[in-house]
Amino acid sequence: MSRIAARFARLAAEKRAGLVAYVSAGDPDPDLSFEILKGLPAAGADLIEFGMPFTDPMADGPSVQAAGQRALKAGITMDRTFDMVRRFRAETDQETPVLLMGYYNMIYQRGVERFCRDAATAGVDGLIIVDLPPEEADELKPHASKAGLDTVLLTAPTTDNKRLPAILKYASGFIYFVSILGITGTRSATEDAVANHVARLRTQTRLPIAVGFGIKTPEQAAAVSRHADAAVVGSAIVDRVKVGLDKDGRPKADLVPGVLSFIRTLADGVRSVRK
Amino acid sequence: MKVVNTYRGGPDERGHFGIFGGRYVAETLMPLILELERAYDTARKDQSFRDELDRLLAHYAGRPSPLYHAERLTQHLGGAKIYFKRDELNHTGSHKINNVLGQVLLAKRMGKTRVIAETGAGQHGVATATACALFNLPCVVFMGAVDVARQAPNVFRMKLLGAEVRPVTSGSATLKDAMNEALRDWVATVETTFYCIGTVAGPHPYPAMVRDFQSVIGNETRAQMMEAEGRLPDTLVACIGGGSNAMGLFHPFLDHPGVRIVGVEAAGKGIDTGEHAASLTGGRPGVLHGNRTYLLQDADGQITEAHSISAGLDYPGIGPEHAWLKEAGRVEYVAATDDEALEAFQLLCKLEGIIPALEPAHALAHVMKLAPTLPTDNLLVMNLCGRGDKDVFAVAERLGVKL
Repeated sequence: MSRIAARFARLAAEKRAGLVAYVSAGDPDPDLSFEILKGLPAAGADLIEFGMPFTDPMADGPSVQAAGQRALKAGITMDRTFDMVRRFRAETDQETPVLLMGYYNMIYQRGVERFCRDAATAGVDGLIIVDLPPEEADELKPHASKAGLDTVLLTAPTTDNKRLPAILKYASGFIYFVSILGITGTRSATEDAVANHVARLRTQTRLPIAVGFGIKTPEQAAAVSRHADAAVVGSAIVDRVKVGLDKDGRPKADLVPGVLSFIRTLADGVRSVRK
Repeated sequence: MKVVNTYRGGPDERGHFGIFGGRYVAETLMPLILELERAYDTARKDQSFRDELDRLLAHYAGRPSPLYHAERLTQHLGGAKIYFKRDELNHTGSHKINNVLGQVLLAKRMGKTRVIAETGAGQHGVATATACALFNLPCVVFMGAVDVARQAPNVFRMKLLGAEVRPVTSGSATLKDAMNEALRDWVATVETTFYCIGTVAGPHPYPAMVRDFQSVIGNETRAQMMEAEGRLPDTLVACIGGGSNAMGLFHPFLDHPGVRIVGVEAAGKGIDTGEHAASLTGGRPGVLHGNRTYLLQDADGQITEAHSISAGLDYPGIGPEHAWLKEAGRVEYVAATDDEALEAFQLLCKLEGIIPALEPAHALAHVMKLAPTLPTDNLLVMNLCGRGDKDVFAVAERLGVKL
């Protein structure tokens, strides 16, 4: 069983939803980013989305854009990103799923086959590629499957039931429901809207459903957890990285503890809901 | 590359020109892009839509634009017989209006109540703001903060026309970032908003749709050349940023093997300096802004900044159909530097009494090299796709003249 399937099986056994924590690889610099990554499982992250910084993140709001810019400025590359995952697996954790999230050009430039092989070798479990809808997913899926990587596709409020089968054809691991019309870290969906969409998705798939975009507080994470199998938090977490920087952009001593203690409050929110 | 019997058949039903093009967008946008594709497909087959567009092109934009024999330039360069397709005489001062009238008509037809656009030099922004004023639609134009500074007259024009201009400070604060920001807006407003893309790029159906609307340039050129010379032109030259004016001129001629076709990218300070905007000459295939095409990028796929004196060419990508035509070998792609374009700009002012935009000044820079090598019976058409009023301040500064 893949790490992702095993993790959702364990969450089901524990009768609770999971917390998916998003951080940008290399933010605010590769060393501190690795410290954050290492601390995520103990802080209560059930799955990890490791963002691949990109110069042109079209689906991201100001927070994730800024995180990516910080990381690129500090010299993050794909090689260093893979290296962080490799060290995380060797030194810290064998069980917590790590998914790379980002934009297709990073994969395409490395060569799709090579990228998937490098990712799997490093200990990555899945890919979430924002700008690869099912219409184009056939160029990634065979290579990902061959390397043993799950491909988590996104669904949106605009995705109607006619489109869902095409998405489900390429989806594995879980379904990522983008709960709002918009970019990351902006507005939030109502709990009713989330409940309705998740219920609709459940009639079409048995894959676990994670809900993201606009979840910023432990309370919102708890509300989503009443309906979904996991709550994804990104912008609010990378905002805590920013809080940990002084006015010249240098990290303060409490940056890593500050980020991890915030994640702990989110995990507590998610865990407050029993299923 | 397999041999094709037509260069005009693309894209396929998935929006691909060979390996280029496609629909690399967030799922949120995907259903709406499919809806746009259907709406455009219906509209273009609808005679009433075409009649309305033709009426606007004739009586509002001022088409057909003249095909002008530039006698003094021809004499000066001593070679090919040079014609200008005078798209700079269109209402709003460039070819951009051809596409915008089509898209805004389509927006109306689809019941959209708000229009957004990205702009580099401001020509597409001005054209969109103009059409939105005409159709009484609210309009928001995203423009890189760097471009806002260097194209001040166009910013004011857009505001006069009632549009809101949003300066974009993210990334390199130029055209690519304006497009990112427009896409971000669109994801959040897609049910009510029409995104009017200014060039032959973006997710399918935009590259094909914008090309179709711009093909009026090539279709007119063909009829006008038949009228003037009784035969097709021998050589076509146009500048390329995203590539819409070039595609509009080229497309109707692609299946005439006797017509030599040349696209001119912006070489900025020189290709070997790395500071340029020539994605076909100095880039390689990648995925950005909804399509696969040639891009300026580093080994990891990070997009690198483009450099050009011309804000309208300052884009690290190019329309996917151009990428395909390059690989198919049908169109030659070359580049002209900032300095060459500036020299061409000044030459045209003095010789023909026409102040060109800096964008077609790049095409002219190549004509200056090419025409003297061609026989005098070679009929060369250059698309003079924009006028230079917007550029006079930037040119003055570059030439060290205080206004």
